[in-house]
Amino acid sequence: MNRQRVQSALLPVVAVLVAFLIGAIVVLADGKSPVRAAEAVIKGSMANRAAIGATLEKATPLILTGLAVIVGMKAGLFNIGAQGQLLLGSIMSAYVGYRLTVLPTVVHLPLALLAGVAFGAVPAFVVGVLKAYRGVHEVIATIMMNTILVNLTDWLAGGPWMQPDQAISKTPPIQASAEIPKVADLPVGFFLAVVMAFVVWFLLSRTTLGFELGTVGANRDAAHYAGMSVKGITVLAMTLSGALAGLGGAIETQGVVGRFEPGFNRGLGFDGITIALLAKVSPRAAIPAALLIGALRASSTQLQSIAQVAPEIVDVILAVALLLVAAPMIIRWALRLRNASGVEGVNLNTGWGS
Amino acid sequence: MGIVNALRRLSPDSRNTLVAVLTGLVAAYIAYGIWDFKATAVLGFMVRYSTPLALAAMCGILCERSGVVNIGIEGQMLVGAFVAFFGATWAGIVFGVVAGVVVGALLGAFLAVCAVSWRINQIIAGTVINILAAGVTSFFYRQGRTMKGSMPTWEIPLLKDIPLLGKVFFQNQPLTYLTFAIVIVLQVMLFRTPWGLRTRAVGEHPSAADTVGVNVSLYRYGNVAAGGALAGLAGALLSVEATGTFERGMTSGRGFLALAIMIMGRWRPSLAWAAALFFGLLNGLVNQLNFERVIDVPPQFIGMLPDVLTIVVLATFAGRVRAPAASGQPYTKE
Repeated sequence: MNRQRVQSALLPVVAVLVAFLIGAIVVLADGKSPVRAAEAVIKGSMANRAAIGATLEKATPLILTGLAVIVGMKAGLFNIGAQGQLLLGSIMSAYVGYRLTVLPTVVHLPLALLAGVAFGAVPAFVVGVLKAYRGVHEVIATIMMNTILVNLTDWLAGGPWMQPDQAISKTPPIQASAEIPKVADLPVGFFLAVVMAFVVWFLLSRTTLGFELGTVGANRDAAHYAGMSVKGITVLAMTLSGALAGLGGAIETQGVVGRFEPGFNRGLGFDGITIALLAKVSPRAAIPAALLIGALRASSTQLQSIAQVAPEIVDVILAVALLLVAAPMIIRWALRLRNASGVEGVNLNTGWGS
Repeated sequence: MGIVNALRRLSPDSRNTLVAVLTGLVAAYIAYGIWDFKATAVLGFMVRYSTPLALAAMCGILCERSGVVNIGIEGQMLVGAFVAFFGATWAGIVFGVVAGVVVGALLGAFLAVCAVSWRINQIIAGTVINILAAGVTSFFYRQGRTMKGSMPTWEIPLLKDIPLLGKVFFQNQPLTYLTFAIVIVLQVMLFRTPWGLRTRAVGEHPSAADTVGVNVSLYRYGNVAAGGALAGLAGALLSVEATGTFERGMTSGRGFLALAIMIMGRWRPSLAWAAALFFGLLNGLVNQLNFERVIDVPPQFIGMLPDVLTIVVLATFAGRVRAPAASGQPYTKE
């Protein structure tokens, strides 16, 4: 490894450490003990097998929303709608999971996952079409889609698909044949997410499609003159991104929650953005980034009970880390200081037109 | 004859505006003649709903006219609302509002640093502001505080007695009037003053502006910070004036809605205000119809209405309007 590579790999690590330091100062300013907070995080995320299982569970959808954001960014698109796509995927997999009753596991489980993938892709496809053919900026469209889908899933879970004789809106539990099992407290869904990270890595760096995606992201005009369909690839990238987020929702439903319940998966999409940038838009690096955030999220109860620190401290820490990573990486990109870490892939479209 | 000639001399834009305003007025008074207080209620809702949006859209206009995309309006509003409310619980509403505006300006300046000096991608910089705002305001949120005092309602003498319009526009709270004033002042300043010309030049063609001696960075810093102040004010309006409270995530997407309104209003303050009023009117109508059980729609569908409208509006307008040419592009002196 040359020096520049080491530096660029070190950057996210330093950013996270500084963010933890600032988090500690905030906790101190709030009159609480940062040491107790650290203790809470360790207890909640890695002290025993159950805690490790919880971390992996939390990390699973995060890997997938992270991948969703990464696929978009490679094509120059900023998908902040992974949240909504995940919600729709989640409820559709729950619906397939509880509604179909006579299927064997080998059919039912993948079918429910597929429902999640397909319906995560649908809203993203719409956003992609709006972007490519109507010039609607994807940031606005996905944000609007988020609210629409939060409301839609709320309504479904509290109306037509609500479990009868229940006070809280939620769907009935999924059938055992659709459940993703746990092996020795460790969620199988996590390993599926890890496999997806490698699949996405292969797709982006070893296939023609990945090359086209990257070219559109790096320079739309060049891609156009090279004969690529910029519009088609924009729609495809967005759809793929939504499918990944939908898969995250499906795994969450089938492996963790066991049904759809509004409010259970808030914030996963936004963490995806943080993961994508911490991972410097590299699919494989999304795994450790998601594990880190998963560990912090898994210890929110302990933060509250052991250290009396509001779990929102995690959001503060992550925002600081995000800022620190975003700043130097774009500076390097702007100054054309090439390095081998692949950060030059980020070239988000900042204009409003298509 | 004099009127006809005067009309002829107007630009097509002004003529369209005039026609739209007159049509709106006639429609409003016909509705008022038939339904009386219901029409007043709908139009009152329209003004209350549109005011923070209009103010936030002014933030977007100020930033983009000088070449910086501000996706962080949402976060700037949220922090503005937070600081204004808790400032008001601590030292009164005036202090609260001023604090909200100042913090909004600081966040604006922060975006300017990111965009102009550090040359971070502006979309990412704005998103950082949004995530940071959501985290910090949730973390420091405390329940059960009440403000010292509340915003008064000011009735403008004479004007308040105009049927319908008097009640809708001239019996409001201070920050609402301030918003009306800001829209008008910004419209005039942007198109009738040297500052406005330079701002637009910086947003359209920074190197040309630079050539004639306009300090591009200075204009961007100033305007983006001022825009942040407006977003902070919009937040203060939401918490201190409109609701008298603060809740986690209370801006609920208004910052993004404001960007859509800015686009719909073609980066012009007056048109954006009209677009905000239009949004408010549609939402007011649906609310009223639902309230009267003319239509029976689950609340979730009412909740998604502004977002569906935004997407429809953008799908209709976004490809056809032209943004300031340098919006989103960092500028490097050559």
